Amino acid sequence: MSLLAVRGLRKAFGDHVVLRSLDLDVERGECVVLIGPSGCGKSTVLRCVNLLERVDDGVITLDGLDITDPRVDADAVRARMGIVFQSYNLFPHLTVLDNVILAPVRVHRVPREVARERGLEMLRRVGLEEKAGARPDSLSGGQQQRVAIARSMVNDPELLLLDEVTSALDPELVGDVLDLLASLRRDGVTMIVATHEMGFARDVADTVVFLDGGGVVETGPPAHVLEHPRHERTQRFLARLR
Amino acid sequence: MSLAGTPPEHDGDGHGDPLAENLAAGASSAHVDEGSQPPAQVAGGEPWQPSAIELERRAYRRGRTVRSGLIASVSTLTVVSLVGFIITRSSGWPRVRQTFFNWDKARDAFPAVLDGLWLNIRILLVCAVLITLIGLAIALMRTLRGPVFFPFRMFAAAYTDLFRGLPLLLVIFLLGFGVPALRLPNVPDDMVIWGGLAIVLSYSAYVAEVFRAGIESIHPSQRAAARSLGLNHAQTMRFVVVPQAVRRVLPPLLNDFVSLQKDSGLIAVLGVVDAIRAAQIETATDFNFTPYVVAGFLFVCLTIPTTRITDHLARRHGWYGGGPSL
Repeated sequence: MSLLAVRGLRKAFGDHVVLRSLDLDVERGECVVLIGPSGCGKSTVLRCVNLLERVDDGVITLDGLDITDPRVDADAVRARMGIVFQSYNLFPHLTVLDNVILAPVRVHRVPREVARERGLEMLRRVGLEEKAGARPDSLSGGQQQRVAIARSMVNDPELLLLDEVTSALDPELVGDVLDLLASLRRDGVTMIVATHEMGFARDVADTVVFLDGGGVVETGPPAHVLEHPRHERTQRFLARLR
Repeated sequence: MSLAGTPPEHDGDGHGDPLAENLAAGASSAHVDEGSQPPAQVAGGEPWQPSAIELERRAYRRGRTVRSGLIASVSTLTVVSLVGFIITRSSGWPRVRQTFFNWDKARDAFPAVLDGLWLNIRILLVCAVLITLIGLAIALMRTLRGPVFFPFRMFAAAYTDLFRGLPLLLVIFLLGFGVPALRLPNVPDDMVIWGGLAIVLSYSAYVAEVFRAGIESIHPSQRAAARSLGLNHAQTMRFVVVPQAVRRVLPPLLNDFVSLQKDSGLIAVLGVVDAIRAAQIETATDFNFTPYVVAGFLFVCLTIPTTRITDHLARRHGWYGGGPSL
């Protein structure tokens, strides 16, 4: 059974139908990369999966549990996932370490000392251990985004959602973040990545999904979708990026 | 994707359809897997039927809403009747009702108290305008940079320190009783004017601090952007910073305004016949305190609409910042 299965997902904002009927499967340990033009619904998919948006129709199951069921505890579902946003969304009033250990301490009731160890380990992992006591706004964008990734990973989420995490970064800072994601990938973290970084999609993705017109246009291994797209829309989209 | 209205990109098919249209039209390309629908049909509202599972979810949510409403009603009814029962059955209730909630007394006192309230309202309106202007001026004085303006900055700081520290009642006594007693020529001896001035002086200090907090909360990048366009300090304040600051501090300003509505009653201590003083006079004849209750009721009636109306306006015009976001 897939870890995540999306069936017939529909989401509209007012009259604007962003997702018409979207199907998507993510296996355990798989890295799925969503690509597509701006406004195609990449972020909306992630936000629906994280229950930040209420779906208009369709079903999303996480490990067999229908998480779109209103009877499901949304907080408990979110605690099983991590999400990283384009604009980092770190809490400016907390230190870097406190950002990372807020959820372990407050949600998962991990003893503070244990959480601290775990938080410092995560920060070491993202190469920012020496910044543990700093405030987020004293960090560069790339550093902030790596802290955000550490924050989302500290609870060992079953699924990591990454929403255009490099879009707000200066080009020379993008590399650090992408390297970090690639290393998470090697550790077998299941992730869904919405991105415009075709290089990352090519090197790291198991599956590339091209979204347009409110649904999946084409899906497959990066070698197929990116190098030999079958659909005209995919071809046109990729041609524009070259 | 960005929901905040970033300009949609074209999808590269050459004839420049905005992306939104493409999406709504269900992708004009024939290569798309799902059935593409004619644009005209989709633009207004497409023939989309919610699935059985979605209908079930909606029914469940509706059920929860109804259930919440029912629980709220039952809970409210129970609490209110219980409290009502306890109060009306307690031994002192008849005397309390006679002294505080005497209907005949209330009717008799109402015209006089309402008359007094009209004075409160007039004081309130004049004071509110003056306080806003003076408060903003003081706040702006503190933003001035450069050595020439040092005395202004110092004055503004000293003013707020002084009048936030002085009890309002003390200022009212000082001005209301003190100044007319000097019998200076060409100085009005009307208690209402001096009482009102005392309120203006005190409140301006508070409001100035609210404005200053708002001005300082506007990100420096806004100032940089304005200055880079060639606006000078005054223009930057006038056209960029203050408009944003005012919107941001509207809730605390409103709070001060509501507080002012009640504190306008403090000038009653000068012997001016406002709503509170009128109620006191009515009470003095027979020690029935109903007129105070009437005055209190009228003050509450005065403040509630102000809060609600401004709240409504602020929400509608999006003055409360970024709006809901997760």
